[in-house]
Amino acid sequence: MHVVYPAVVSALLFSIGVYGVLARRNAILVLMSVELMLNAVNLDLVAFDVWLRDPLHAGQSLTLFVITLAAAEIGLGLAIVLLVFRTKATINVDELVDLGERAE
Amino acid sequence: MSFTARVVDGLVTGALPGPPGSGVAPTYLSPTGAEIVFLLLGVVAVVSALLVVATSQLVHAALWLVVTLGSVAGMYLVLTVEFVAWVQVLIYVGAVVALLLFGMMLTRAPIGRSPDLDNAHRWPALVAALATAGALVALVVDAFRSAYVDLDVAGRTPGSAAATGATIFRSWVLPFEVLSVLLLAALVGAIVVSRSTSDGA
Repeated sequence: MHVVYPAVVSALLFSIGVYGVLARRNAILVLMSVELMLNAVNLDLVAFDVWLRDPLHAGQSLTLFVITLAAAEIGLGLAIVLLVFRTKATINVDELVDLGERAE
Repeated sequence: MSFTARVVDGLVTGALPGPPGSGVAPTYLSPTGAEIVFLLLGVVAVVSALLVVATSQLVHAALWLVVTLGSVAGMYLVLTVEFVAWVQVLIYVGAVVALLLFGMMLTRAPIGRSPDLDNAHRWPALVAALATAGALVALVVDAFRSAYVDLDVAGRTPGSAAATGATIFRSWVLPFEVLSVLLLAALVGAIVVSRSTSDGA
């Protein structure tokens, strides 16, 4: 297996996630795009772990940790999204401009 | 030359010390079966990821995300990392997508087409994403052109549950325990955040 293949797939997944984070308006879709980016990083970690034959298996262990962190992030993120929806009746990230400089 | 400089130099030229016994890399024109399967899964993953960020129906985005995450799990299997693959299926496909669907349900996501899922600056976003893709792909193709890993070595099971468990509970115990505390904190935080309005605060 050439290492280029997983690396390129991972780079493409990451940039698709970048597009989703920047272009999507619904907060849940933004969270999904973040998941895509995390998956791209996981794929790289696994591929390099297998390639370098790391005796500590750092890539695999970090992948498991990232998966756990993603689960925690999505739980907390959805709780925040729900709170925003309850107080503002929208999860449209364009309209959540309270902390922005231009309030109008 | 310093160590960092050597590592950076190795990364740039693709001349990192290869694993023992990897030998000379075969040509790209004679792909092995594993590579073909991996590339097919990669195409599925990339196309369904594109649909996640391009579809105009919210629920479809979550379902395409299932396809992406599933094919990433398949790629883990091809890379012989089976334990991580099943963890991916259990946690990502099982739990995270279910949570996302719950979130959509609770925020009264519209069923069917909603034309306003993209915001006003989607063209700058497209440019930024294409620039990211171009830079990253050019970089990794240049850096890892000659890197090759032989997946079919007898007696080597780097991704089995036994190997992964041994390393996690020998070398990675402290991060593992810290992570469990972090999960607990996230759980408590999610509960507190979601019920703070019901008791009048």
